[in-house]
Amino acid sequence: MSAPARPESIALLEKFVAALAARGLVTEQEIAERQASTDRASPEIGARMVARAWRDDEYRRLLLSNGAAAAEQMGVSMTGAPPLGVLEDRPGLHHLVVCTLCSCYPRAVLGYPPHWYKSFEYRARAVREPRAVLAEWGTVLPPATQIRVVDSTADYRWMVLPMRPAGTEGWSEDQLAAIVTRDVLVGVALPRLPVTAAAE
Amino acid sequence: MTAAFAPGTRIRVRDDWPERRGPCHIRTPHYLRGREGVVQAVLGEFPNPEDLAFARPAPRRPLYHVLFEQPPIWAEGEAGDSLLVEIFEHWLEPATPSQEAA
Repeated sequence: MSAPARPESIALLEKFVAALAARGLVTEQEIAERQASTDRASPEIGARMVARAWRDDEYRRLLLSNGAAAAEQMGVSMTGAPPLGVLEDRPGLHHLVVCTLCSCYPRAVLGYPPHWYKSFEYRARAVREPRAVLAEWGTVLPPATQIRVVDSTADYRWMVLPMRPAGTEGWSEDQLAAIVTRDVLVGVALPRLPVTAAAE
Repeated sequence: MTAAFAPGTRIRVRDDWPERRGPCHIRTPHYLRGREGVVQAVLGEFPNPEDLAFARPAPRRPLYHVLFEQPPIWAEGEAGDSLLVEIFEHWLEPATPSQEAA
């Protein structure tokens, strides 16, 4: 069966929303608010959380013990969102996040997942040959680092707190956030200093 | 409902295949069925997704973070690498000493 034509889809959606509203299950305003918060969510939020945790031990402890509360402190509404767990990298241990069963991803703080995160290839290979996957990303872990692959199978959503790179002493939160990319936040990449900063 | 397994407990994931018995929705990856791991954390209690998916009343079940050595699962990989996976309590059973020694 092919998908209904677009106007039919829209008509169906309108009827569905009207039926939900008639039963008091949802309001137009709630839908609009959810759309707005979904559109606002982007990896910049996760990056700011990491940057703040690198500079502020108290925030770091909150981030690791209650990710949702830490997100709320950054102005993110976590109402209705799954609990957020944060995995701390440390010397000798690197975390890599995948969802082998579907595409669970911490959308509230990272936005939409990239296409590769949802691909069969990434989902199948990350749990079986994580080192080969990281090598293809060009991600080189320090020697004697163990990899812990976190398969996001149920009710939590997981984000990585990477180690703060050497050479970033005295950096501002903005400077630090700029080196924490979307890929860093799920562990396929490591934070890298800009060439200019490294050369200084 | 309180969690039956404390962090540090060695467990085995049940070697069960409900997908062979009929329609189901399960959040326990196939590659872990029958495998042994160690409870790392109790994550809380959540409505059983196996009921939620079929709009049945869904009792809350303890959810665990369980750590597995990665190489034994696939018979390849690097010693020390691991898998950390959320698994509901009804999928876990205590690891038996004989199998632990094997």
